[in-house]
Amino acid sequence: MNAPVQTAEAREIALAGMGASRLRKEDARFIQGKGNYVDDIKMAGMLHMDIVRSPIAHGRIVRINKEAALAIPGVHAVLTADDLKPLKLHWMPTLAGDVAAVLADEKVHFQMQEVAIVIADDRYIAADAVEAVEVEYEELPVVLDPYAALLPDAPVLREDLAGKTEGAHGKREHHNHIFTWDAGDKVAADAAFDNAEVKVSQHLYYPRVHPCPLETCGCVASFDPVQGELTTYITSQAPHVVRTVVSMLSGIPESKVRIVSPDIGGGFGNKVGIYPGYVCAIVSSIVLGRPVKWVEDRIENISSTAFARDYHMDGEIAATADGKITGLRVNVVADHGAFDACADPTKFPAGLFHICSGSYDIPAAYASVKGVYTNKAPGGVAYRCSFRVTEAVYLVERMVDILAQKLGMDKAEIREKNFIKKEQFPYTSAFGFEYDSGDYHTALKKVLDAVDYPALRAEQATKRADPNSPTLMGIGLVTFTEVVGAGPSKMCDILGVGMFDSCEIRIHPTGSAIARMGTISTGQAHETTYAQIIATELGIPSEVIQVEEGDTSTAPYGLGTYGSRSTPVAGAAIAMASRKIHAKAKKIAAFMLEVNENDLDWEVDRFKVKGDDSKFKTMTEVAWQAYHQAPPGMEPGLEAVHYYDPPNFTFPFGIYLCVVDIDRATGETKIRRFYALDDCGTRINPMIIEGQIHGGLTEGFAVAMGQQMPFDAQGNLLGNTLMDYFLPTFVETPHWETDHTVTPSPHHPIGAKGVAESPHVGSIPTFTSAMVDAFAHLGMTHMDMPHNAFRVWKELKARGMNL
Amino acid sequence: MAKKLINVSVNGKAEEKAVEPRTLLIHFLREELNLTGAHIGCETSHCGACTVDIDGQSVKSCTHLAVQCDGSEVLTVEGLANKGVLHAVQEGFYKEHGLQCGFCTPGMLMRAYRFLQENPNPSEEEIRHGMAGNLCRCTGYMNIVKAVQYAAKKLQEPVTA
Repeated sequence: MNAPVQTAEAREIALAGMGASRLRKEDARFIQGKGNYVDDIKMAGMLHMDIVRSPIAHGRIVRINKEAALAIPGVHAVLTADDLKPLKLHWMPTLAGDVAAVLADEKVHFQMQEVAIVIADDRYIAADAVEAVEVEYEELPVVLDPYAALLPDAPVLREDLAGKTEGAHGKREHHNHIFTWDAGDKVAADAAFDNAEVKVSQHLYYPRVHPCPLETCGCVASFDPVQGELTTYITSQAPHVVRTVVSMLSGIPESKVRIVSPDIGGGFGNKVGIYPGYVCAIVSSIVLGRPVKWVEDRIENISSTAFARDYHMDGEIAATADGKITGLRVNVVADHGAFDACADPTKFPAGLFHICSGSYDIPAAYASVKGVYTNKAPGGVAYRCSFRVTEAVYLVERMVDILAQKLGMDKAEIREKNFIKKEQFPYTSAFGFEYDSGDYHTALKKVLDAVDYPALRAEQATKRADPNSPTLMGIGLVTFTEVVGAGPSKMCDILGVGMFDSCEIRIHPTGSAIARMGTISTGQAHETTYAQIIATELGIPSEVIQVEEGDTSTAPYGLGTYGSRSTPVAGAAIAMASRKIHAKAKKIAAFMLEVNENDLDWEVDRFKVKGDDSKFKTMTEVAWQAYHQAPPGMEPGLEAVHYYDPPNFTFPFGIYLCVVDIDRATGETKIRRFYALDDCGTRINPMIIEGQIHGGLTEGFAVAMGQQMPFDAQGNLLGNTLMDYFLPTFVETPHWETDHTVTPSPHHPIGAKGVAESPHVGSIPTFTSAMVDAFAHLGMTHMDMPHNAFRVWKELKARGMNL
Repeated sequence: MAKKLINVSVNGKAEEKAVEPRTLLIHFLREELNLTGAHIGCETSHCGACTVDIDGQSVKSCTHLAVQCDGSEVLTVEGLANKGVLHAVQEGFYKEHGLQCGFCTPGMLMRAYRFLQENPNPSEEEIRHGMAGNLCRCTGYMNIVKAVQYAAKKLQEPVTA
């Protein structure tokens, strides 16, 4: 009996390809407790490592006594910097061109710095041994303020850099100075300010925060002394880069180093860097010849692994009297902590901060960023954003609000007036970025209509006029543009490796497929969305396409997942590899149908002879032919590899609106409404996109409304547990409304731009915009984050508005 | 350190093990019994990634000693499905996209499993308060609320023979 003939539309639905909200392929294991995270990995003979950390922020190590620790039964070794020196592993290079101590060498530079490691039979004995290691310190003056760090008589923090006047990014002007990096045209910007009718300026502090994924960092290192092979399971967003670095550091050939990122419990930028704990576990395994596991606890994670932000920004805008922006100037002092361990493309020590002209057509702009050492943990990672884009968007959106206030203009009106127009794309900004596509006016109108913006403003006016109103109402509006998908290799590299990404696809004889990728999902559902791209490109159901990534022994080399680069770069590699297979498949189909390949049309899952619907070959039939008997002169098999080096970044954008009601008695804020419109170009899986947006908005809410990493005068971090560091629960988290427009990227093979970071980048200034707006009629133009109840209550009190 | 013998039923299976008195339940489950579904996220009872069910109550196993479970019945995420059929809360998380990285998911599922027995027909606000001891960094909670609602509905459906 013949199978019923299915329409093209029905066959397309059955593929569950691009555009389908298909359920996630990875969920089956996670909902049954069968995920495979680093701490789940056990190996025969495995030992456990724990770390002795500095209780003080700055001091000399006078002596370390290991004896009591070594006397504990089950303790195998206690290692310090002196033990690593003969291996030249007591310092390691950072991704930012600096060096960082693996274990403190004579000095400690921040509280919780790694001083010694212990290796023991289990984690309990290791914890006992950590307590038993005696370290004597001589305390030194602590420097926590980056401005104070640059004073002429400031204590020297990095004695290892004594006399080094040239850093990785140019001249060092001071012993605590790392680099000064600038972008744009200073002369043109200064001229714009000289001729400005209106000028505004504001100091903005973007607080130090921590990405705090729910899974902390860790690894299991296993060195096989017989084969000379090292295998390491690791919580890394960039396993291939880790392999290259480990090979360079250890001298083990890269072919004998296998790095595996298994399931990762969230990354958000925290798992890009290479931490001392990883290096120590690897060294321990090499020294002891046994597998060694190290998994940090939450206090260690927040205290010592990479923080984000800590940017002190001075912004200035020049404009005409009717609100047309003519110039932008920004000066930043960036607190990088004790070692410069940012994870940015090599040529950009301040990341892509120069996207700070935002969605606006600003003719002249200049930004200068100064990196400074202090006695805090190293970092400065791209926390759910593409390399300082969050800071940049916050800067420009705050400054545009402030300009609107000065001019008495509405914040929607000033944005409309200054937007880059649809017909201006591709648009080259004053900082030199070439924006690929955008339609900001349409998106803004959609949001303002959806929330009935005039009605909100009318309600606010009524409340402002009522002295007995129990709440202050604020409306926040942000219209942001990101730069993601790093990136073109000509501009972006990490340790000299260009920031391409890769895909290898193999179609099996019976028509199912496997794809291997250079990226690694930390929750973004690559197994699902990548399969959907292939399904649409090749007409194979996404259900039977396996996606593998994270194992350097099987996956092609890629730069990993961060900076919203998976879809813009690896997603493009998938499309290109698929198209190579498609081209070969077409030749095979032509051979099978005995026609010229120009006589074939592609329809969903098959090649059809033009004008004759009855003559076709499906991709499944073609796959069998490829393995059974390829056409004469053609290689058997059906597979392709593609390394994709993007011609440009992609520029997703969004329009976010937030309504807050601030309780005048308590300073508590209720997020009444949050409306997020995102344009990420072509949408692969709307369900997953919405999930990513919900998550990013929630992380943005946390940063804006509650997160901070306060230090006391001695450099003690006062909030390094989840008792103190704010992660929103079900109760505080607002209800999110999402919307979208679709403006495909013209240079991306499927038009996709990347999405998961937009909601974090865009929401944070939206909350601040709303909070300040609530006070705007009282003369407030800015207040720094976090907007927690106590800080807001102080603002109410200062203005006599508290009830 | 002297060990203490404990008898505990885990996912319906009787276990007799000698454990150090200081052994935390999460380590007993993960290291001794190889049940790695429950995760360690904070060690301070805040995140709930380690949530399991003990004698009908949700317990954060990272701050609970294994010896406290002597004579108890423990249920973990691995015991939630019945003969290969997913529990309604597992189905809900899958259908409503209630997870991303998956790290909080076992704890979320175990809390949802118990919560829906405490309150079989909850409002959204009751779900948000009833689940507030479990943190998620990925989803923004909205889809987890939907997942719990899905499960509540499914659990109320009459059982078909």
